[in-house]
Parts: sequence; C-alpha cells; structure tokens
Amino acid sequence: MTKTSPFNRIVRTAVAAGLLSGLVLTGLQSLQVAPIILQAETYEDAQAKAELKPAADAAIAAPQQHADGVQELKAEVAHEHPAAEAHEHVASAVHEHGAAAGHAHGSVGAQAHAGPVEHEHGHEHGGWKPENGAERTFFSALANISMAVAFGLLLSAAMTLRGVSHGWRGALLWGAAGYAVFFLAPSLGLPPEVPGTAAAPLGARQVWWLLTVAATAGGLALLALAPRWPLKLAGVAMLLVPHLVGAPQPLVHASAAPAELAQSFIYATAFANAVFWLALGALSGFFFKKFN
Amino acid sequence: MSIHASAVVDHTSAPATSVAKDKVLPALFASALAVALLYGAAFSPMEALHNAAHDGRHSAGFPCH
Repeated sequence: MTKTSPFNRIVRTAVAAGLLSGLVLTGLQSLQVAPIILQAETYEDAQAKAELKPAADAAIAAPQQHADGVQELKAEVAHEHPAAEAHEHVASAVHEHGAAAGHAHGSVGAQAHAGPVEHEHGHEHGGWKPENGAERTFFSALANISMAVAFGLLLSAAMTLRGVSHGWRGALLWGAAGYAVFFLAPSLGLPPEVPGTAAAPLGARQVWWLLTVAATAGGLALLALAPRWPLKLAGVAMLLVPHLVGAPQPLVHASAAPAELAQSFIYATAFANAVFWLALGALSGFFFKKFN
Repeated sequence: MSIHASAVVDHTSAPATSVAKDKVLPALFASALAVALLYGAAFSPMEALHNAAHDGRHSAGFPCH
C-alpha cells in the first residue's frame, strides 16, 4: 500500500471512524435518549397549549396595537408584581418570541395575568420539521454522523500533530479526552437539557460552550503533554477558569417536564456520549494506523 | 507505559518545513473542515438545519434553543 498524504489520511480516518461511531451513537440514542426527548415534548406541548388558550381568548376579545400592548403590559406588571423588573424582562422576552412566532399581541397580557412565564418555548419554531418516526431518526443519524466526522477530524488532526500511531487501544485515551472536552466539561455548567427547559439566551450559552471546550482542550493538552510542572499547573488553571466564571443561567430555573425526566436525560446522554467517544477514539486509532 | 512502548513513531526528527507540511497544515485544514461541519450540525440558526439536527443537538449537550 502506498503512503497516503497526511491530509488524506486524516480525512479517510475521520470519515470511516465518524460513520461507524455516528451509527453506534444513533442506535444508542434511539434506544435510550430519543424516548426521553419525545416524552419531554408531550409536557412541553401541553404547557404551550395551556398558555395559548387564554392568549387566544384575549386576542379575540381585545386586539391591541404593538406599542400599546407593551406599555399596558409594563404598567400591569409593575402594578401587580413586586419584582417588576424581572417579570418585565421575562415577559418582554416571551413577547418578542411570541410575536416572531406569529402570536397575537394580546397574548402577553394574558400570560402576565396567568403568572410569570417560566420556561422557554423550544418548539415554536416554524418551517420544515422531520416527521416523528423513521424520518426523524434518519435526520438524527445524519446530524450524528456529521458531528462524529467533525470530531473524528479533530482527533485525527491531534494524532497527526503528536506524530504517534497508537492503534485502537491507545487511542481510547484520545476518545476519553474528547469526551472530557466536548461533553463532560460543558455539561458541568450547562447540563444536557430536555426540550421545554428554561435557559439563558442561546448566544451567551453558545459562547460559554465554545470557550469551555477551547479552555478544556488547551488545559488537558498542557496537563498531559507539557514537559514541565509550571506549564502543567497552567493547564489545570485553564481547566478551572470556565467553571469559576460560571455558565450563563436563566432568570428562573424551570422545566415543563418533571425533574426526574430531566435527571434521567442527563444520565442517558452521559452514557450514550461516553460509548460514542470511546468508539470514535478506538476506531480513529485503528484507521489512523491502517491508512498510514 | 505499555501503550507508548508499542506505539509507532511516524516522524523521528524532521526539519521545520517538513513538520509544517506534514503535520501543522493538514491538521489546520482538517480542523477548519471540522468547524464547518460542527457549525452546520450543531450551531446553525437555520430553521431546517436546527429541526433536522434537533435530537442530535440535545443528545450531545449542545446549547440548542
């Protein structure tokens, strides 16, 4: 067999390992993760319906201008609730979201009367959506394989930089490192959430997620590979920084689904991702050596 | 460690230019490709992509909504 170019070797390794481990992940996911998501969605839909009914009534009874609606809401909230600022923030955030999703403006007033809105509406997104069942599983598989190939590219790139081919057994450690960097560390601040869970603004969470991944990758690399202690200690500091800063949190912690369901989702995803990363690591090590 | 003992070292001592050509550049290109793939599967705000990858995003612990 002729020697392949380094880039070619990385890509071939990532595609082979990513395809197989992505399928493993999809299998595990449809057995123990997806059922929890579907269950959580029933709670979420029920809560959304319960909130939409009074909203629709209010919209029929008293259609309002946008500006008037917001002004009235602020006045009502300030009048009725002592913690006016927090409620205004939550209510106006929901109002914007609701307006974008095509709700009547009157709905916000009705929701404010019903009490503080405590969760994020995960599935008020419009547009195309895969049907539950085979179609949804197929697109999940596609997404999983894309992510797996991407993670495989990063693992193979790291192996290339190290210049060492361990074979599958030694590469289990690379997989464990990937699990720590891309799942464990971010999950400490932002645990995997079932749909219908209150959360801080998406942009802030994505930034924290990315910074945590970068800091954990850099910190682990220094800790494991740096030749001298001061650098290793700097690595430990890098591991800790994101958690000392803290992940963005919602104003109110709440979920449409029961706490037990949210808890079992964390266990299910922790297990599925552990198996996935060990599989991706081992397969990457195997193919990286094979495609030399 | 036994793992390292059985490891095969690809490049023992290589000049700097060949290190860049054989290691750094391929690793950089591969990482760029990985970022593009991850963005599409896990971070894209596009409605259809979000809905298609929804369960994968939640399962992997990516911030989703």
